[in-house]
Amino acid sequence: MQSLVIVAHGSHLNPESSAPTYDHADTIRATGAFDEVRTGFWKEEPHFREVLRTVEGDEVYVVPLFISEGYFTEQVIPRELRLAGWDVSEWDSDGLSADQATLVAEDIDREVHYCGPVGTHRAMTDVIVRRAESVTNDADVGEGFGLAVVGHGTERNENSAKAIEYHADRIAERDRFDEVKALYMDEEPEVDDLPEHFESDDVVLVPLFIADGYHTQEDIPEDVGLCEDHTEGYDVPETVDGTRIWYAGAVGTEPLMADVVLERAADAGADLGTALDDVRETTRVATGD
Amino acid sequence: MSDPTSAEADAADDEPAEDAPAVPDVELPSEAFDAVLDALADREPGKPVRFEGFSAAPDEGDGYVFAAGDRPKTMGEGELHEALAERAAAVTDWYVFERVVGEFGPRRAFLRWIEDADGETVATRYAALAEGIERAWGELRITATVTDRGERRYDVRHADDAGVPVDELDAYEDPLDARDLVTFDEQGRYRPLKTAPSLAGGWAFPDLGPRDLYETVETIYPATVANWHREREGELDVTHWRETMERQSGIYGVVKTWDRGEGYEHVNWVAEACCDDSQCLKRREWQYDDETDLDVDGGDGAFPCREPCSVVVSAARKWTRLESEQPRTYEFDLTPSEKEQVEAIIDAVADGRTDEIREADTKEGANRYRTRFLRAKLFDDEGNLGGVPTEPDEE
Ligand code: SF4
Repeated sequence: MQSLVIVAHGSHLNPESSAPTYDHADTIRATGAFDEVRTGFWKEEPHFREVLRTVEGDEVYVVPLFISEGYFTEQVIPRELRLAGWDVSEWDSDGLSADQATLVAEDIDREVHYCGPVGTHRAMTDVIVRRAESVTNDADVGEGFGLAVVGHGTERNENSAKAIEYHADRIAERDRFDEVKALYMDEEPEVDDLPEHFESDDVVLVPLFIADGYHTQEDIPEDVGLCEDHTEGYDVPETVDGTRIWYAGAVGTEPLMADVVLERAADAGADLGTALDDVRETTRVATGD
Repeated sequence: MSDPTSAEADAADDEPAEDAPAVPDVELPSEAFDAVLDALADREPGKPVRFEGFSAAPDEGDGYVFAAGDRPKTMGEGELHEALAERAAAVTDWYVFERVVGEFGPRRAFLRWIEDADGETVATRYAALAEGIERAWGELRITATVTDRGERRYDVRHADDAGVPVDELDAYEDPLDARDLVTFDEQGRYRPLKTAPSLAGGWAFPDLGPRDLYETVETIYPATVANWHREREGELDVTHWRETMERQSGIYGVVKTWDRGEGYEHVNWVAEACCDDSQCLKRREWQYDDETDLDVDGGDGAFPCREPCSVVVSAARKWTRLESEQPRTYEFDLTPSEKEQVEAIIDAVADGRTDEIREADTKEGANRYRTRFLRAKLFDDEGNLGGVPTEPDEE
């Protein structure tokens, strides 16, 4: 019996935090690729400490719904899941390449496949592009558009900037958008000066966050100048200093994220049948023709 | 039948007292019979599948050995069907637990507990299920029933909605829909703790099967069945306060500094603040450490709490900072009624009663007008109580 456990941060204050986790779990459940799909949280229930005891399967894949490698994926989750003998070297990662480690979870005395975070998986690049398609409602968006991928800089976590650059570079290589830039909230190049970094009249702004919350709903919109105060709201697109900014909100809410979760499990050996194709198909943006 | 009268007389002797609920008639559904045949196909002769009061095993050939009491009888499939159909209650009971519910420990134990399957006979349980067996789980009311095919059906709803006709409630079928029912309380406030006694009512899952019942309960109160099961097995892994705080890191790392080896009164206060039954329905089993019990009651909940939860750890982080301050003496004057009013306000907030205090009820210390009056009278322009600054050098 094959089980998927999606682990995410969650929140004591904001119900939106866990919403994408539940949505992606539902999408994956509908594919039937796993006999069970469970969710566990740091700030909600079941907690990381107790989620594995709710799992029935003997092939257990744990996928962290986190953006980058770092404190949570390297320390908190393995500790709270009680992965025996965990050492970050198990992943042998350069900050982007964590794939999986198979370890006994002491809580249930069974092996689990502990996967790298969704945010650093190559399939995440497609989700960012898909997010741009969704927010512009244009499956071919690219020409005449710039794309900004935004997140925390190195101050909070060195790997967070790495993930942003990695995806921005990969999108740039595709020559789909006129310009692609990685921007940061707490260092140069800063998202506050977005219009200065782009020549295009239209720029899609995709925050590399798992869920909508303070950063994506208050911080970034205000910093970028989409609104004076987040309570006023803003339009999509909103014009700031002559640039039309298409603000996408957290990339993690994009339905195609379910695909990245599946990719992580597949990389760790899960047998998915046609689930990957199914998810790519069901989460597609209409082409408009 | 050679002697029907004596068989009936025996049965009559066993007949329960008149006011006991009647055992319902149960038909043997084909899926249950097929499941028995499947199970027998996997067995060796002499290794019977056991039901309450009888057993069946494959014989050396194509037939079966059916044994009720001490008279094993060899028979073909048709006769076996007849024998099992006569005992459909016991066969369907086997089918429900062995094939529908399955092995997974917490689920199986929970569903057996609901109808006391390890304590009562099939006949007693089916009779009770026919009337409806009710169980409480946190704020939930679970009602188990049985169909005339021996299938279990369950109704789950808020205990406050017990007895309300289903068509007056929002009815759901998919256990995952329960996620939306637990997110907000009756007043639309986000519930950070699923076991807080603030579950809103007005809904029902009126017709769940056994697996979906388990999923629904685990969605509303995550991991409670798993922990309850471990406790029943004598395997609950309790992690006490000290150990939990020692484990924290990052922004929570500071909580370990709150334990100074000077007693555990502060943890009593935490437990009284957060874990009291009025705040959380889990029964707190964690203590200060494995040698030092807290002095406050852990509560009466059906399911245990095995370690301080994330809400408590977060609050402890705040208290660690606040409690590192040294007390000071502030001097200002209150009338006796004002002192009592301050106490009443603290009580009302702590007990979540502020919404209940009526606007014009000026007998209540925590009444809004009374409180606004107190503020108008005692605060200076900077919001200092009694005009006394918080920091002495602010004067
Ligand atoms: S620590 Fe206290 S508040 Fe938290 S779940 Fe346990 S009993 Fe409830």
